[in-house]
Amino acid sequence: MAMNNSNKSKIIYTALAWGISGMIFFPILWTLLTSFKTEAEAISANPSLFMFDWTLENYSDVLARSPYFNHFWNSVVISIGSSLLGLVIAIPAAWSMAFVQTKRTKHLLMWMLSTKMLPPVGVLIPIYLMFRDFSLLDTKLGLVIVMTLVNLPIMVWMLYTYFREIPHEILEASRMDGCSIAEEIFHVLLPLALPGIASTLLLNVILAWNEAFWTLILTAANAAPLTAFIASYSSPEGLFYAKLSAASVMAIVPILILGWFSQKQLVRGLSFGAVK
Amino acid sequence: MGSITLKQVTKTFGDVNVIKPIDLQIHDGEFIVFVGPSGCGKSTLLRMIAGLEDTTSGNIDIDGQDATNTPPAKRGLAMVFQSYALYPHMSVRNNIAFPLKRAKMPPAEIEAKIASAAKILNLGDYLDRKPGQLSGGQRQRVAIGRAIVRQPSAFLFDEPLSNLDASLRVNMRLEISELHKTLDTTMIYVTHDQVEAMTMADRIAVFNAGVIEQVGTPLELYQTPINRFVAGFIGSPKMNFIEVEAVDGDPTSCVGVRPEHLKVTQDKGLWTGKVGVIEHLGSETFLHIHVDGVGPLTLKADGDCPLKYGDDVNLTAPQNKIMHFDAAGKTLPATPFSGN
Repeated sequence: MAMNNSNKSKIIYTALAWGISGMIFFPILWTLLTSFKTEAEAISANPSLFMFDWTLENYSDVLARSPYFNHFWNSVVISIGSSLLGLVIAIPAAWSMAFVQTKRTKHLLMWMLSTKMLPPVGVLIPIYLMFRDFSLLDTKLGLVIVMTLVNLPIMVWMLYTYFREIPHEILEASRMDGCSIAEEIFHVLLPLALPGIASTLLLNVILAWNEAFWTLILTAANAAPLTAFIASYSSPEGLFYAKLSAASVMAIVPILILGWFSQKQLVRGLSFGAVK
Repeated sequence: MGSITLKQVTKTFGDVNVIKPIDLQIHDGEFIVFVGPSGCGKSTLLRMIAGLEDTTSGNIDIDGQDATNTPPAKRGLAMVFQSYALYPHMSVRNNIAFPLKRAKMPPAEIEAKIASAAKILNLGDYLDRKPGQLSGGQRQRVAIGRAIVRQPSAFLFDEPLSNLDASLRVNMRLEISELHKTLDTTMIYVTHDQVEAMTMADRIAVFNAGVIEQVGTPLELYQTPINRFVAGFIGSPKMNFIEVEAVDGDPTSCVGVRPEHLKVTQDKGLWTGKVGVIEHLGSETFLHIHVDGVGPLTLKADGDCPLKYGDDVNLTAPQNKIMHFDAAGKTLPATPFSGN
């Protein structure tokens, strides 16, 4: 029996979708597989995908050679700390942009977003010098501050989009009911925008976790998070592909687990406001 | 106490004068309705009284105290919004308790007030539900409940019934009127529906383009409208306006006849026309009559009106029911009218 057109195109699209997903996922799979190879197999001219001597040696080497859990803890503190601090600043900012709009609000939002389009290297020297003068180099506090500032425009934008969905009259009703602005935000706005706030928090934890540029430049041994820990395996001593891969896997796994369990929340959060 | 005085109150948004200087005295215990077409400034003025909009100039006094710059929460007023504006994450009980908790009232007293509001508004069975589980009418009752527990000096209603279906609207209209009689508290009610205004108000303020055209009791506005706008706005179906040619010494440029005062006559009458669409409402009939040189006129007849589409009719109206307006739309003293 002949296949009808809609079935045919369904098969083609499914194959395409799997193909593209495979291509995107392949480097991660390769990293994962390499982390179980020996260094010799990792740099072999004829690499094998699955048929090699599987070993956990790289993981034990990496754990023995560097304080993984220190880096992990630094990543946790920096990503969660900067996301929480960011929320404390972004919530009132987004409240005022969503509910006390002026003629310039739109421009202000665009300007904030435009800072995300600048190459960060443009502000590298002033920030480095400020960090040096304020003794913030290689401190978690310094990284929390810089990550907060780097991601603040995205947080304000996301929260602004969420807050715009909340009927203004509900906030006005709370004002009539005796709320101050802080009470209005705390008792009414935050509970209503909780899903949006959660996805903003999650996305920023992920962004801050993955951020490498600033962490590499502003940290050394004490405050270095996992991104700096991975980079330490492409070092003057040479490039150790297998160990680098093992370190990468160990850096990715925590955030991958977080992303996996929160994917529904994240997708909802990112598409919120796009469709009414 | 709940007297509110507006003195030369204005509001501008950018270059637009939304409220031109308004003076109005709202008496304690009065039910006043602000009525007017959309965009006339009635809701803006209500929000200014509530404190949700700044006042550009002038003064708002509440119970003799200047409240122009007082924040909404400190004005002692309660507002019921068109969209109900309930807190969707709280149960009905917590919605009603919210203003009392903010006022740091003891829990026992809060419970007593919730119970009494629930009894007045028949909300007893719904106290533990969320607003999303209630019908439109029930939600509006919760919104009213949240307003009455605060024992405000005045209630502000911003088109509270416009989201409800027609039959529910009639019921809620009665309930709000009944509530006014029970509580004996000042109520300011904004609507664009003149039927709501006529049926509920002690006094009506008719708004048009940022000014109050006339303030008076429903019957005053119906019987002695100050101008053509008020005459056309109050009354349903609306008044028929017939442009007339200027006569020396008579400034009348238009006459108005309400549909209920227009009669079919066997005599020559004042106008001759052809019956168009007929709307039978059972107890009464609306006839749309095409009159050459005048346009369509609406006539309100009895329920068993025998006229049919296409019939020729002569129309007349009692002289004392024909209103005269000058070119600016102002009502003129009645003079005999003998047709176009």
